[in-house]
Amino acid sequence: MSVATFAFYLFALCTITGGLFTVVSRNPVHSVLWLILAFLSSAGLFVLLGAEFVAMLLVIVYVGAVAVLFLFVVMMLDVDFAELKAEMSRYLPLALLIGLVLLMQLTMAFGVWTEADTAMAARTAVAPEGVENTVALGLLIYDQYILLFQLAGLILLVAMIGAIVLTLRHRKDVKRQNVLAQMWRDPAKAMELKDVKPGQGL
Amino acid sequence: MIQADLNIILPEIILSVYAMLALIGAVYTSQDKAAAMLTYLTAIVFALVAFWIAGAGQATNIAFNGMFIDDGFSRFAKVTILLSAAAVLVMSQDYMSRRGLLKFEYPILIALAVVGMMVMVSAGDLMSLYMGLELQSLALYVVASFRRDSVKSTEAGMKYFVLGALSSGLLLYGASLIYGFAGTTTFSGIIDAAGHGPAPIGLLIGLVLVISGLAFKISAVPFHMWTPDVYEGSPTPVTAFFATAPKVAALALFARVMHDAFGHNVGDWQQVIALLSVLSMFLGAIAAIGQTNIKRLMAYSSIAHMGFAMMGLAAGTAYGVQSMLVYVAIYVTMNIGTFAFIMSMEKDGQPVTDISALNMLSKTEPTKAIAMLVLLFSLAGVPPMVGFFGKLYVLRAAFDAGLVWLAILGVIASVIGAYYYLRLVYFMYFGEDQDDALDRRSAPLLTSVLVASAIIMVVGVVNLFGIEGAAQMAAATLVN
Amino acid sequence: MEKIILFAPLVGALIGGFGWRFIGEKGAQMVTTGMLFLAALLSWIVFLSFDGETQHIQILRFIESGALSTDWSIRLDRLTAIMLIVVTTVSALVHLYSFGYMAHDPAWKDGESYKPRFFAYLSFFTFAMLMLVTSDNLVQMFFGWEGVGVASYLLIGFYYRKPSANAAAIKAFVVNRVGDFGFALGIFGLFYLTDSIRFNDVFAAAPALADTTLHFLWADWNAANLLAFLLFIGAMGKSAQLFLHTWLPDAMEGPTPVSALIHAATMVTAGVFLVCRMSPLMEYAPEAMAFVTFLGATTAFFAATVGLVQNDIKRVIAYSTCSQLGYMFVAAGVGVYSVAMFHLFTHAFFKAMLFLGAGSVIHAMHHEQDMRNYGGLRKKIPYTYAAMMIGTLAITGVGIPLTHFGFAGFLSKDAVIESAWAGTAGGYAFWMLVIAALFTSFYSWRLMFLTFFGTPRGDKHTHDHAHESPVVMLVPLGVLALGAIFSGMLWYNSFFGDHNSVNKFFGIPVHETADTGHGSDTGHGEDKDHAADADHGAETTAKSDDHAHDDHAIVAHGEAPKGAIFMAADNHVMDDAHHAPKWVKVSPFVAMIIGLLMAIWFYIINPSLPKKLAESQRPLYLFLLNKWYFDEIYDFLFVNPAKAIGRFLWKRGDTAVIDGTINGIAMGIVPFFTRLAGRAQTGYIFTYAFAMVIGIVVLITWMSFNGGAH
Repeated sequence: MSVATFAFYLFALCTITGGLFTVVSRNPVHSVLWLILAFLSSAGLFVLLGAEFVAMLLVIVYVGAVAVLFLFVVMMLDVDFAELKAEMSRYLPLALLIGLVLLMQLTMAFGVWTEADTAMAARTAVAPEGVENTVALGLLIYDQYILLFQLAGLILLVAMIGAIVLTLRHRKDVKRQNVLAQMWRDPAKAMELKDVKPGQGL
Repeated sequence: MIQADLNIILPEIILSVYAMLALIGAVYTSQDKAAAMLTYLTAIVFALVAFWIAGAGQATNIAFNGMFIDDGFSRFAKVTILLSAAAVLVMSQDYMSRRGLLKFEYPILIALAVVGMMVMVSAGDLMSLYMGLELQSLALYVVASFRRDSVKSTEAGMKYFVLGALSSGLLLYGASLIYGFAGTTTFSGIIDAAGHGPAPIGLLIGLVLVISGLAFKISAVPFHMWTPDVYEGSPTPVTAFFATAPKVAALALFARVMHDAFGHNVGDWQQVIALLSVLSMFLGAIAAIGQTNIKRLMAYSSIAHMGFAMMGLAAGTAYGVQSMLVYVAIYVTMNIGTFAFIMSMEKDGQPVTDISALNMLSKTEPTKAIAMLVLLFSLAGVPPMVGFFGKLYVLRAAFDAGLVWLAILGVIASVIGAYYYLRLVYFMYFGEDQDDALDRRSAPLLTSVLVASAIIMVVGVVNLFGIEGAAQMAAATLVN
Repeated sequence: MEKIILFAPLVGALIGGFGWRFIGEKGAQMVTTGMLFLAALLSWIVFLSFDGETQHIQILRFIESGALSTDWSIRLDRLTAIMLIVVTTVSALVHLYSFGYMAHDPAWKDGESYKPRFFAYLSFFTFAMLMLVTSDNLVQMFFGWEGVGVASYLLIGFYYRKPSANAAAIKAFVVNRVGDFGFALGIFGLFYLTDSIRFNDVFAAAPALADTTLHFLWADWNAANLLAFLLFIGAMGKSAQLFLHTWLPDAMEGPTPVSALIHAATMVTAGVFLVCRMSPLMEYAPEAMAFVTFLGATTAFFAATVGLVQNDIKRVIAYSTCSQLGYMFVAAGVGVYSVAMFHLFTHAFFKAMLFLGAGSVIHAMHHEQDMRNYGGLRKKIPYTYAAMMIGTLAITGVGIPLTHFGFAGFLSKDAVIESAWAGTAGGYAFWMLVIAALFTSFYSWRLMFLTFFGTPRGDKHTHDHAHESPVVMLVPLGVLALGAIFSGMLWYNSFFGDHNSVNKFFGIPVHETADTGHGSDTGHGEDKDHAADADHGAETTAKSDDHAHDDHAIVAHGEAPKGAIFMAADNHVMDDAHHAPKWVKVSPFVAMIIGLLMAIWFYIINPSLPKKLAESQRPLYLFLLNKWYFDEIYDFLFVNPAKAIGRFLWKRGDTAVIDGTINGIAMGIVPFFTRLAGRAQTGYIFTYAFAMVIGIVVLITWMSFNGGAH
């Protein structure tokens, strides 16, 4: 077993373990930490594939930003996950059975896995030789996959609009300082004197 | 080369650019004050693009290395999508602004969703399929929870989002299995790789997973569970939108994937889709009976109708696709009219969705009642209406394809389903008199949409307004 | 022009029936009647200018289905032309008559609108009848056949508040279904064997059919005989021949104009028309024709006997109609179709007039129909009396024996009887008809004497207020009286003259000598060129042969006979009838005189005699009064068992089994699943996701076992 093979199985195992414990661990903070492990292991797998750039993105974006954000959110929210899980656990036996069946099916499928004769040829790396990872990626994204890239951009735009439209509130009940109004205030008009006659009121 | 490609996707580009310009314009100027105008403008743009596409000729153009296919089939679907989306937008303006829901993002999100749908129906590659699907879905998730002060609305958006993510996961997993088998994600590559022989089990599992992901989008049983909750929770115009354009897009995408990528494996997917079709028809018919909320009822109705549309797809023939297209076009027309009616249901200025509010509507609003009666009859598939011919079409497609059992079950399901449509008619015409009737607010736009839809249901029997021929040409370009 | 004739009544019916709210009741009546008069006028033009050549006027492509390919077209030949004038003339007159008769119908309350409906039905009936007579193929004919059935049903049940009227309408419809079943089987059989339903094709194939055997009902039959018989069953139903006659007397529940139009002049003669129309087939079915003769003669006799004792004025005439239809079938049965048509033609006039006259009497007597309550009316309603007298003279056959001078019925009935003598060699049919003629005379005069002579009986008030009918009712009587008097003399030669005139009438070339005065009205024959168009009988395919036929009798048939009627080469019945002995020719006249004298004795000289006779011969009297107990027998044999089966199927089958099953499903199983579906919709996301996953697993498992199949 070469080092690469060993590393592959190590990372793969870590990824699966991380994913599994993300789901099953009782403490949500632990879940997020397991998730980070899964991300990191995946990054390792990318490195093994020679996709260093993607691996770094995974570490920086997912681990560095997304997962940490998750962590904060989870810690700030007071959600009783245990209660939800109790509800779910009623179905656990059935879920296990179904999971088992599914697993068997998939095992069977991979056991007799065949692929088309043309598959290998079609799949071989499209990256040209002697070009850096980043450059190769750029060439692909901005040339062959420009459509998908632009669509992805649109998706992100929608996500952004969605986030804003669903959360941004212009609160009317909060007093804010209006500097200009203060500056242009006319003291003469600020106060008015009324001559109130006794017994009449205003 | 890129120039030619861009020309082919020009309608999509124009719509995207329009959406972005509108966004910038609205943000930097008047914000929500221009929302009504923007809604109508978007509807007009939709209509213009629709007519442009409709008149674009017969050619089949392939762009971006097969990722994007512009053919008769996609054009038919796009025109249907655009026109229905335009109709829904026009209908929703009044409702939304009276409830303070009309933000300028609404038409923009709808426009982006429509772009996603257009990409979906033109997808020639599993990746562009997914991109279109997500673009559409994400926008829909947002508009579903547009009434963010309402628990039901946010819950609807949330449920839709989570389950949608699950279905996307299934779809992606299926796609990766297919890629694993074929070594490519383009449909043309997949169909070549699959060849004519029996498909290996791995590919079949991938196929099933992709079908499941798509079935979620058209809310086919058992991937339908989100539908009633989301339909009920979303603002009614959004529900109307859900019931129309996305269904067309998802069905068209369904047909495209099945025929373009798995055209040699008809026997395999046929049985899956037939099964989903039967389940949908029966569940839609049976579960709707217990509903008292008209929006939930329409949710089950749409499930049942999708079952029928899938029956056409299950036939696996060009005629089947044609019947599916005709059916879905009729379905969309009926639903627009029905939702126009639902949007006009108000009591003391507040929208009501309980069907008991319809009691003796025939006395207070005879015009709307008769139009609704025609629509309900059409939805139920009662013969003189167009809806019957839609059903007849798909039944015949299934019958011709040898799926006699499917056709028979479809007829039985439609008989069961007729019950709850006719129950509404019963309420309107023979229900109990009640004191707090619906408001008699004049909503000329909604009423005219309702009446127009009803008239189409009656007059359309003459020649279905020619969509038969168009659908036939569209189906011919897909199946060969 | 033919199309206008055909569609004018339909247009009238549609405008009158659906549009009367816009044009008013009066307008609806005017439109329908106007349309009918237009049609009648055009029909006479067609009839008089018709040259004998069969025309096919296509209206539209009718049916294209597999081997069945046919047009909807008008077949215009002599038969059609005759029927056209009969139908449209009587119909137009009945429309006019109904203006008066239906003006104030006591069956309807004030303000209820019934007139437009009545007129629309009448016009619709006329359209259907015209469809029947102008048909160019069997399906088209069947359409008209059923159309008149429907119209008849609607009109018999016109007084739908009266249970007896509804019962009569249903009875007419159901009994006719029996006949129609035979007719339909006949059509199916013809299509099965000839692969076409067009008359021309069927006729061309008739000789071949005579040599074919057909397996039907566990036995082999001669195809021509079987099919002719089946068609005749249809004719029996429509024309109220024995065994299927029971509906006709009951049909008198309808308004009297309806009885005149449908149940005397036109619809009931459709059976005769059918037999004549199918003459090319009938000629090859000797056994079936013998049956037709036998049944016609028996019906003539049977109905006449029943008519002797009936008291309802309309029922007497109804049985008389039944009897006269028997005469027509005898004539057709012995192969002298022209005489059958002749009697049909004259009968239409005098019978319609009798009915309208009876209607006038009923109208005068405030809808009293029992003759025992009449009497001495001739001074109160003189015009009606005169008309009825003419009708009676016509139906009893008054004329100068051994000449061609007499009322219409005299000429046509004598022709029938002579033909019967010739066709059966003086056998059963002949004697039956002579006896029937005696009875006919008796009951007709009985009707006259009871109604118009003697002393007034019944409600005095009614008699005091008896009044003559308005002029719109008298005009049709007058017109029909002309027909009853002259139609026989005018067209005697055309229908039953020597061969030349008959052949000429139906298109065979003849020398224009024989019929000097009588036939000239037909307006053809002057033109020698038309003589070339030989239609009647058999025209061989080669045109040039036609002139050779000039002096032939009925010539040998060709491969594709296309004449209006067809008589086989060995059919000499008409010749023989002309050469019948004097006693045969005189016999109907003698029978008529005996009947007349007996009626005078019974009802003028000694009015108490009938009662005594009825008491002394009670069983016979009851037998006749109860119409030979046909209704009772049918009730016992068919109606009650059918009702019992129906009740069983309704209570046990429909209510218990079918409704039970449906209700069980609809109210038990479906709601159960509804609740189940409702419960599955928990609202929890994980339930929903769970359902999806289960779905995936099921589908994948399914695919693992069934996938990869091609």
